[in-house]
Amino acid sequence: MIEFKLPSLGADMEEGKFLEWKVKPGDRVKRGDIVAVVETPKAAVEVEIWDEGTVQELLAKPGETYPVGAVLARLAGTGEKPAAVPPQKPQVQVRRRISPAARKHAEERGIDVEKVQGTGPDGAVTVEDVEAAAAKKILPKEKEQDKSLQQDKSLQMRAAIAAAMSRSKREIPHYYLSETIPMLRASEWLARENEKRPVTGRLLMAVLQLKAVALALAKFPDLNGFYRDGAHQPSAAVHAGVAISLRQGGLIAPAIHDVQAKTLDALMKDLADLVKRARAGSLRSSEMSDPTVTVTNLGEGGVESVFPIIYPPQVAIVGFGTLAERPWAHEGGLRALPTVVASIGADHRVSDGHRGALYLAELARLLQEPEKL
Amino acid sequence: MDKTAVKNQVLEELKRIAPELEEGELRLDRPLREQVDLDSMDWLNFIVALHERFKVEIPEADYRKLGTLDETVAYLAAKAA
Repeated sequence: MIEFKLPSLGADMEEGKFLEWKVKPGDRVKRGDIVAVVETPKAAVEVEIWDEGTVQELLAKPGETYPVGAVLARLAGTGEKPAAVPPQKPQVQVRRRISPAARKHAEERGIDVEKVQGTGPDGAVTVEDVEAAAAKKILPKEKEQDKSLQQDKSLQMRAAIAAAMSRSKREIPHYYLSETIPMLRASEWLARENEKRPVTGRLLMAVLQLKAVALALAKFPDLNGFYRDGAHQPSAAVHAGVAISLRQGGLIAPAIHDVQAKTLDALMKDLADLVKRARAGSLRSSEMSDPTVTVTNLGEGGVESVFPIIYPPQVAIVGFGTLAERPWAHEGGLRALPTVVASIGADHRVSDGHRGALYLAELARLLQEPEKL
Repeated sequence: MDKTAVKNQVLEELKRIAPELEEGELRLDRPLREQVDLDSMDWLNFIVALHERFKVEIPEADYRKLGTLDETVAYLAAKAA
């Protein structure tokens, strides 16, 4: 018997509100399938399962809040004989009859169909019932509720960020290093590349930087992975959390997986998709729970450099400042060149400044050969 | 193309990317990206949206001609004419 538990969807999460099941008893699931939706202060997260088997029993109920680690469902593993399907709970008998059309109708109108009075056969809820309920709904009040809900969400997100960052500054002895990297070659290569591409296929410098960060990490395992139970757990793959600021305020850093193994085009697609979904508040559990390092591009906001704070339990974070033309000694003369200040905040329990310095040098070297990224 | 029509359409696309934008607070002759807080991904999405809406090619080298909303409208009006 396999227990499907509520995973931690980030260091700042202690509990989550269960929203919805995407499977039912009897369904076969495999690794990576989305089985449920859970709300965290930062997003409604689609929770994936990492086991294979047949769903036996759904324990979690929509609307209830569960602590991380709570058993949400039981599954029979492959090869395991599924236990006799448990007798259906009386819940099914009291379940109200709602026509699919009425359900869809209610959804479109933002009405909780469970609360609609049914007038059909056996008290079934019909489309007309939904219409009647919609007519009664006083819209301005709803809007006010929306607004206070939004404020509530902002407060929750603030609290989540506060918890994670307080833990980071309390527990992790950071060291910080920075290095100015000439970006003439990367800029010229990117401009040439984008000239050849249609507007829908253009690349961003952020993608080159992301790939370089990941490739350089391959040689510095002490800057990638987690710090748990008093020890560093390195990771062969680089799952880079990308810091994304949300327009309504707040910040989220979901992961792009296996950055070291992806092409620039694939990364560009992933990044565009991730930013879009992060801003829409719809992310997957693996994106939330397993970034092995974080990259922050605060230079977008115009600052020269960043002194980044590690997102626990990670062991390093890489920052990029604004890409801008600055005076630079170049081939014996002084030139205005595009440069960027790359920085790293790393965990001194795991690595020393010397390693961080070598890492930044490797990152700078990789960015001089953009065609190889 | 009529500049007012272009401006309205540009604003529509801008609001799709930055829904919190208050039109009254936008200065037409000041740098657009700073005012609306568009990062490079937002900016690229904005360019793609303009490309699709006005059926014009906007090479990267032309980005500097789209500094303000006024400049953007003039650029598109001329190109889509």
